[in-house]
Amino acid sequence: MTPSSSIDTAGAAPHDEHHDHHPSYLVDGTTIKSWILTVDHKRIGLMFLFFVLLFFLVGGIFALLIRLELLTPGPTIMDAMTYNRTFTLHGLVMIFLFMIPAIPAVFGNFMLPLMLGAKDVAFPRLNLASLYIYLTGAVFMLWGMLNGGLDTGWTFYTPYSTHTTTTVAPVMFGAFIIGFSSIATGINFIVTCHTMRAPGITWFKMPLFVWAIYATSCIQVLATPVIGLLTVLVAVENLFSFGMFDPARGGDPVLFQHLFWFYSHPAVYIMVLPAFGVMSEIVSTYSRKNIFGYRAVAYSSLGIAFVGFFAWGHHMFVSGQSTFDAGVFGVLTMLVGVFTAIKVFNWVGTVYKGAVDFKTPFAYFCGFLFFTVFGGMTGIALGTVSLDVAWHDTYFVVAHFHFIMVGATIMAFLAALHYWFPKMFGRTYHEGWGLVSAALIILGFNATFIPQFLLGNNGMPRRYYDYPERFQALNVASTAGATLLAFGFIIIAMYLTYSLVYGKVAGKNPWRSKGYEWLSESPPPTHNFVGPQPTFPEEPHFYVDPKKAEVPDAV
Amino acid sequence: MSEFLNNLLFLPESASTFAERVDFLHHFVVGTTMVMSTAVGLAALFMFFRYRRRVPAQTTEYVVPTLATEFIFVSVPLVFFLAWFGIGFRDFTWVTTPPKDAMDVYVMGKQWMWKFSYPEGPNGVNVLHVPANRPVRLLITSRDVLHSFYVPSFRIKMDALPGRYTQIWFEATKPGTYQVLCTEYCGLSHSKMLAEVVVLPEEEYDNWIKDQRRGRLQDRQDALADTSLVPPVARMVEQGQVLAGTQGCLKCHSVDGSQHIGPTFLGMYDRMEKLDDGQSIRVDEAYITQSMMDPGAHLVSGYQNVMPTYQGKLQGPETAAIVEYIKSLRTPNVREGASEGPAYDPIQ
Ligand code: HEM
Ligand SMILES: [Cu+2]
Repeated sequence: MTPSSSIDTAGAAPHDEHHDHHPSYLVDGTTIKSWILTVDHKRIGLMFLFFVLLFFLVGGIFALLIRLELLTPGPTIMDAMTYNRTFTLHGLVMIFLFMIPAIPAVFGNFMLPLMLGAKDVAFPRLNLASLYIYLTGAVFMLWGMLNGGLDTGWTFYTPYSTHTTTTVAPVMFGAFIIGFSSIATGINFIVTCHTMRAPGITWFKMPLFVWAIYATSCIQVLATPVIGLLTVLVAVENLFSFGMFDPARGGDPVLFQHLFWFYSHPAVYIMVLPAFGVMSEIVSTYSRKNIFGYRAVAYSSLGIAFVGFFAWGHHMFVSGQSTFDAGVFGVLTMLVGVFTAIKVFNWVGTVYKGAVDFKTPFAYFCGFLFFTVFGGMTGIALGTVSLDVAWHDTYFVVAHFHFIMVGATIMAFLAALHYWFPKMFGRTYHEGWGLVSAALIILGFNATFIPQFLLGNNGMPRRYYDYPERFQALNVASTAGATLLAFGFIIIAMYLTYSLVYGKVAGKNPWRSKGYEWLSESPPPTHNFVGPQPTFPEEPHFYVDPKKAEVPDAV
Repeated sequence: MSEFLNNLLFLPESASTFAERVDFLHHFVVGTTMVMSTAVGLAALFMFFRYRRRVPAQTTEYVVPTLATEFIFVSVPLVFFLAWFGIGFRDFTWVTTPPKDAMDVYVMGKQWMWKFSYPEGPNGVNVLHVPANRPVRLLITSRDVLHSFYVPSFRIKMDALPGRYTQIWFEATKPGTYQVLCTEYCGLSHSKMLAEVVVLPEEEYDNWIKDQRRGRLQDRQDALADTSLVPPVARMVEQGQVLAGTQGCLKCHSVDGSQHIGPTFLGMYDRMEKLDDGQSIRVDEAYITQSMMDPGAHLVSGYQNVMPTYQGKLQGPETAAIVEYIKSLRTPNVREGASEGPAYDPIQ
């Protein structure tokens, strides 16, 4: 199938050079310039990985500061203004600089062309540009937050954001710029899927990760302009008092919320759909089974992307929205839940009659299943309008979106990191440490956020610097969980860094996966495949014994 | 049972009719969620074990779901979700549609306090008194940024928006004191924006409100400074009319244009009055107020300086109400259009 040689290029030992004219992308040019001006999607993906992890660290440190502050009621380690800036910084960095780009910009970039049998993405230079646009936006955002600080929360609700004296404009300008990066990446992936598929890869032979990235890209391209527009409006209003959102000037304070959630609700699927995609790959590989309902999973990604656009009003049930609107948004919210349920059932179905190899990525799959089911169900509960009246803007909501958004996404991000680590770096990580830290992280996550569900039930509002005494026990539990979680991440950082240099050489396909990306070398050469373009006669995720295989229904 | 579940779920005391409904649905939803996720979890666990890999290169069968399976995957959750939604939406409609006989209270959020005012009643900061077992409609607004009025024990919450009224209602079931929190981030002291609802048994509440009317506890914030707290014009006018009667204004001033001991109120507002000292002055709010507080300052020519001062006898809001009343008598066919002040229309 793949005409490539099986020479292991990981170390790229010098004496191999006369055999191998296709060094791995990692060593094909070692100057700084060859990295920062590269148009290779894999190098760009790797650079994204570096920055995304950096921002995850920044966001994580701020998360721990928040949890420490909330250990006791009243001031603990900082004053109220600092706290308000801290949670804003945490939210903004995590959402705009980590979660949105995490999977698409890192693993999407790296794997999508490989999975389509392409040499690169459709617009390699645009791809590099999107990295630099992202970094420019990040600089504006961080500069604004560190010089003056911002205390609006990541939601920037007006009229507070148009009145506050803190630095709104540069931060919103940063978000505006990052939007362009998101749009550029999205367009690039969409065009790549349409034009760069290798012969043999029809739409319904695309791996499910590609489907998920495709659906995500559609959302990015359609929704991001709205937040771009909105950030400009708010910055202008903040600087020049335009009155768009100010009732004193005839503006509408709720208009902002509509525009904001019209982007930000779909944006939650920008974060979580790629995670769903990663998990489809992983459950298939580690149970050596074709995906139970391939088409159902593919279509439900598109379904989520579609109805995700019409559910934004569920953030505004108590904003004075009409009862009728609340009903419509409530029903549409339920549909998102149904699409998610289809995926969950099909993942579990995939394991049925499979051959499960319980490796670290699979452990993350288990955690992911739990977070998705629980996060999704609490989402449905929130869409049940009368319950949302009680829960809205309490810690219940904080717990819900951390479960589904952060929980599911982090599980997928870590799973992807472990699963594709051999592909990206040609070495394997240490399985024992992998399982230990996965257990620690899943445990820590639950210990952090389950108490927050209960806090929400108990009535603790979000974004509280100080709280009545009766909330303390649960806050202490949550902080303890966060500490556990931090330990998990530290362990991962340590053994992965170690494996980067000393890990066992992986070989081409250590998981014996049938995913298309494993047909290439590990790590792949610059143009992905050596020799003539490979063809892909089988369905993706196809593990049937060729002798026993009755050919699946023609697609 | 439900008491037990509430403790298990850390729910605060449930003290309104709405809270009972919310809790019922909450238990239903949490119950099914737990059953469903345990089922999915156990099925997964069983399969991880049952189908573990035995040889490294093991192949598997090609299994795909039948149409019926996929149909079940879609329809079972959908039925549950829609059932929850149906119940939840019914309750939501209920809590956003106040009964006709509900008693009104205005609520205003302001960085960082809650102000309450009763039409024709007292104003208060951070303490809201309501009777038990009587529907109370809250008309909520904000003076600056967004806030959100939240009473965990009643399970109700509604945003406070500047320049707009929102409404929600509740009926407290148990006398007691319940916490009010602000749940929309509103700046520095967001977490200090606390208040309480004091639910009184009916008779006690009636006594309390009578006391308030007598003005004993009227050492409140000056409502005049809060234009958004001033009751709507129509009500202020009525209030002013009553006050003009009870305070004795109408003993000397007529409202039908006839001259009496003092000038008539009819058409007085915005009129140019000739004064004793030969000058003239336009009758505006300031002049009317001054005439009440210091009647001799600018005597209208042709009248005696006999009017007593009302300094100290009228509260700020009462003065304002009388001014509004006089303004309303500007032309024989009363006011034209509402002036400032919140509109008091049912909000849908
Ligand atoms: C699948 C990925 C999901 C993500 C990433 C996600 C994310 C979020 C986020 C971030 C919020 C908080 C909004 C805020 O800042 O207040 C939120 C709230 C909400 N989510 Fe989700 N959600 C997801 C799934 C669902 C599902 C499946 C449902 C229901 C079917 C749902 C229903 C809701 C509702 C109703 C709220 C509003 C709660 C409130 O603001 O009071 N979500 N979600
Ligand atoms: Cu507030």
